[in-house]
Amino acid sequence: MALQVQNFARIIPLSVPFCRSFHQCQPLNQIQLLTRLRVVDNSPIGKEAMLEGRPPKCIHVYNKTGVGTIGDKVLVAIKGQKKKAVIIGCKQKQKPLIPKFDSNNIVLIEDNGSPIGTRIHVPMPSILRKILKDRSVAKKIDFTKLLSIATKFV
Amino acid sequence: MLRRVVLQTFRQGLAQSFFKRNAASLSESAVTQHPIETSEEASEKSGSKQKNGDESGNTVVVAPPEFRFMYPEFLPDPTMERRNKLKEKLERMDMLQRRSIIEIPEFYTGSIMAVTVADSNSPNKFARFVGICIQRGGSGLQAWFILRNVVDRQGVEILYEMYCPLIQKIEVLRLERRLDESLLYLRDALPEYSTFPFEMEAERRLNNSVVPINPIKVKLRPRPWLERWERQNLQGVEDLNLPQRYYDRAKEVAKPWEKYDLMLQYRKTIPAEEQEKIYAEVHSQLQQQDLKRKIKRRRGPSSEQ
Repeated sequence: MALQVQNFARIIPLSVPFCRSFHQCQPLNQIQLLTRLRVVDNSPIGKEAMLEGRPPKCIHVYNKTGVGTIGDKVLVAIKGQKKKAVIIGCKQKQKPLIPKFDSNNIVLIEDNGSPIGTRIHVPMPSILRKILKDRSVAKKIDFTKLLSIATKFV
Repeated sequence: MLRRVVLQTFRQGLAQSFFKRNAASLSESAVTQHPIETSEEASEKSGSKQKNGDESGNTVVVAPPEFRFMYPEFLPDPTMERRNKLKEKLERMDMLQRRSIIEIPEFYTGSIMAVTVADSNSPNKFARFVGICIQRGGSGLQAWFILRNVVDRQGVEILYEMYCPLIQKIEVLRLERRLDESLLYLRDALPEYSTFPFEMEAERRLNNSVVPINPIKVKLRPRPWLERWERQNLQGVEDLNLPQRYYDRAKEVAKPWEKYDLMLQYRKTIPAEEQEKIYAEVHSQLQQQDLKRKIKRRRGPSSEQ
């Protein structure tokens, strides 16, 4: 035991420069693979997952960069199921005039773009009106219902 | 070449801003350096002396000293590589022109503000946001500030560029300052500290009264935080209730010598002489605009009667 302590003491001076092996800068808070998200509508599955303390994980971002921003569609793993969702608020630093939120908010949707819940409890960025309108494709995906259940825009 | 310019400005700036003002003994040492200086510098020095003489004769306009706190965005970015005298001057002209169209009132971090923006997406074409100014920065036309509010229990922040043409109106609902320069810690504070109603009305304020400092101490949520607040020497935060080892580490990584580092201070700030020049250039127009607005406000209610 004593020998071990001695050896240890001999090693310590060699590793004197105190240096951490992990990064110390502020996180970027990007929405990417395995990011935990917050469901903000009143869909039963989303509510349950949030109450349980197991918020959904992002398992795919439907864009080319792999980093989700406002209006992007994501695939989430929620309560053992795969569901599609739309990002309606980001924690990441945003451009001027675009609101930045304290959490990454999503709304669960079906494949045709209509939301599962009937109400969104948090404010939505008003630029989403334009983004989602542009992304709606006739007879394929339609986000107008999602916009109509919003309570507040900032 | 660049090095020479930097050296020159360094000598002038340091000698004029710090040494001359603070200590007589140091100014003596600056005097002893005079024989080493080049002829150019000497001529510039004499020029500055003439100006000083003008000031004593009250012929040169001098802006009030509080201008550097009221209008910090008129000062250029002190980074040497980004300095460009012409660009700065043009930007100042553009800023004054924009200010003649909309009123950009005096505000500080900690003031509660309302900003109305032209928004083509909303049905009434305008979007108004109320919040507390948590940070302010940038220089020239790129000056910006961040407003924060908690809406429906969701923290929202918006960054506004002060001279953005989309901005229709900037109101200051409550003009005050906080104990800290940057209030980013409100992101980790309890939500009631950054909740402000959208229907809030502007508080009346006496003309030319001192801007009050709000001595409120904010309570933070327990860790994890976005930043290590215990290392930042924050005044407006309640006791953080951390284990002793966090404070010990904060003491280890602290840099208490930086406040004595004259070179660092010089690189981070614009010399006082240059500031005076800039504000002397803009202050007459700023005051004229202010006066015009005051007259308009006085006439407004009388015309209604």
